[in-house]
Amino acid sequence: MIRLGVPSKGRLMEQTFDWFAQRGVTLSRSGSDREYAGRVDGVEGVSLVLLSAGEIPRELAAGRIEMGVTGTDLVCEKLAGWKSDLVELAPMGFGHADLIIAVPECWRDCRDLDDFAAIARDFRAEHGFRLRIATKYHRLVRAWLAQHEVADYQLVDSQGATEGTVANLTAEAIADITSSGATLQANNLRILQAEPILRSQATLFANRAAQGAQMDAFLTQLGLTA
Amino acid sequence: MIGKRDKQAIGQTLLAAFRGAGAVEIAPDILLPAESLLDLYGEDIRARAYVTADPIRGEMMLRPDFTVPVVQAHMENGAEPAKYCYLGEVFRKQDMGDIRPANPRDNEYLQAGFELFSRDPDADAELFALFHGLLAPYGVTAQMGDMGLLLDAVAGLPLTEDRAYALSHHIWRPGRFDRLLARFSTPTPMHKFDEPAAAWAGLRTPDEMTRRIARLQADAAVAPLPAIWTERLERLFNLHAPATQALPALHELADDMPAIAPAVVRIATRMQAIADRGIDLDGIIFDASHGRTTLEYYDGFTFSFVANHDGWPPVASGGRYDALTRVLGKGREIPAVGGIIRPGLIAELEADA
Repeated sequence: MIRLGVPSKGRLMEQTFDWFAQRGVTLSRSGSDREYAGRVDGVEGVSLVLLSAGEIPRELAAGRIEMGVTGTDLVCEKLAGWKSDLVELAPMGFGHADLIIAVPECWRDCRDLDDFAAIARDFRAEHGFRLRIATKYHRLVRAWLAQHEVADYQLVDSQGATEGTVANLTAEAIADITSSGATLQANNLRILQAEPILRSQATLFANRAAQGAQMDAFLTQLGLTA
Repeated sequence: MIGKRDKQAIGQTLLAAFRGAGAVEIAPDILLPAESLLDLYGEDIRARAYVTADPIRGEMMLRPDFTVPVVQAHMENGAEPAKYCYLGEVFRKQDMGDIRPANPRDNEYLQAGFELFSRDPDADAELFALFHGLLAPYGVTAQMGDMGLLLDAVAGLPLTEDRAYALSHHIWRPGRFDRLLARFSTPTPMHKFDEPAAAWAGLRTPDEMTRRIARLQADAAVAPLPAIWTERLERLFNLHAPATQALPALHELADDMPAIAPAVVRIATRMQAIADRGIDLDGIIFDASHGRTTLEYYDGFTFSFVANHDGWPPVASGGRYDALTRVLGKGREIPAVGGIIRPGLIAELEADA
């Protein structure tokens, strides 16, 4: 039996259902909208598990589901060494979002990462503490800033409403996922000119250890085998 | 797989040797206040420390290194000169990136260390010779460098104060350093700044921005650094040779860069003092850039002992950290030098032999 983990609500769930439907596999919620059980038609030996998108990486790595749909951002952030445990089967073409750094729009002197690094250095000298970046993507942001040799910052945890932290004076900049940038603009924030830290999209993953004949057959049916 | 008890036993042997060299054993807390101390480490350790919250004492960390708490203890109630030794665990996260390595590095491991607070200029050689004697049987290679040499070289460039400060700040970040140096060596295009559109937000003040813009505009008028200086700096940074050959090269460099002459004299004196202790200088590599990849609080002599094993951290490392005693000394300061040996790696080398 292949247990397939799919986000349990919202557009991400609907688009995932559509993606599988286009490939002849019908996923549906059984019973009422409140029930997190599902059914699978059009393929044998696959069961549907509806989960919060944020839990899917962990469940995959733990082997409690064999396949799962979630954002690359969540996998890269939550699973250190993820390539050792998971296989990326197919990018699914929706749920696009970039992990970016944004600074206050009013910082006219801050265009790129070099400006940002210089401002961070000045800020530390001026205020006696390191410039704060609010984010929930600690590992990704830290690794990226280390790679670009930016040092004079600290990360502050923000699990929601991250765009508001600058106005609330709990951070000087943010690192967050954005698709259109509209929320950033509404909060007077501007994206730093640089390649995104990560380009994320909804992706079908499998647990590496669960690969085998049964999964190959399912993948062939989905048109995913090379 | 070598057990903790065996590593501990090696650590005790090293500790006994340190005591024999006149050090007093000190046992700093494992749980240390995080906020003020974490800032003293470079980014590498800062990101890797285990930080936790205590309801009364606030943000705490598991000891990521011994030097800072030892310096703190000494500055609070130590008499000088002083020699301390210690043995205990340090804790560092090992974030492996996307792929889990076959042999992940330890999250907790032992350090046996020796710290020397003394105004005696001979202290560097004393410490190095002690480590060299303990490590000689294991066939490791000694490397040394001097951060003071590099900082003096940067300070001696014909640059504005702002530029010199920015460069020396990034000396531990080679990519950023090179980009800055390249920028300072070409005419700076005049920045254009958009007119303010958005309302002010955040803790950084408009005044801070105005001052930075003024600095950038003033900086655009500064003449570029002649290319000859970048060449000289590169020659210095790339100097990597047995100590006996490095010394004449350093003297030659000092002819072109007078600012490093005092540091070169210091290095020559130190090497002589090491040789006087019966150590063959031909067996030691002098790497001018050595300190750029070590802890950021080292500001003078640095050294490490490296085993011929891929992916291993140095078996031992250390250096001089005079500025750190000033930061933690609340007005007092004392020259200090120290280093650590990893008993766990020594145990593996012994098992290989």
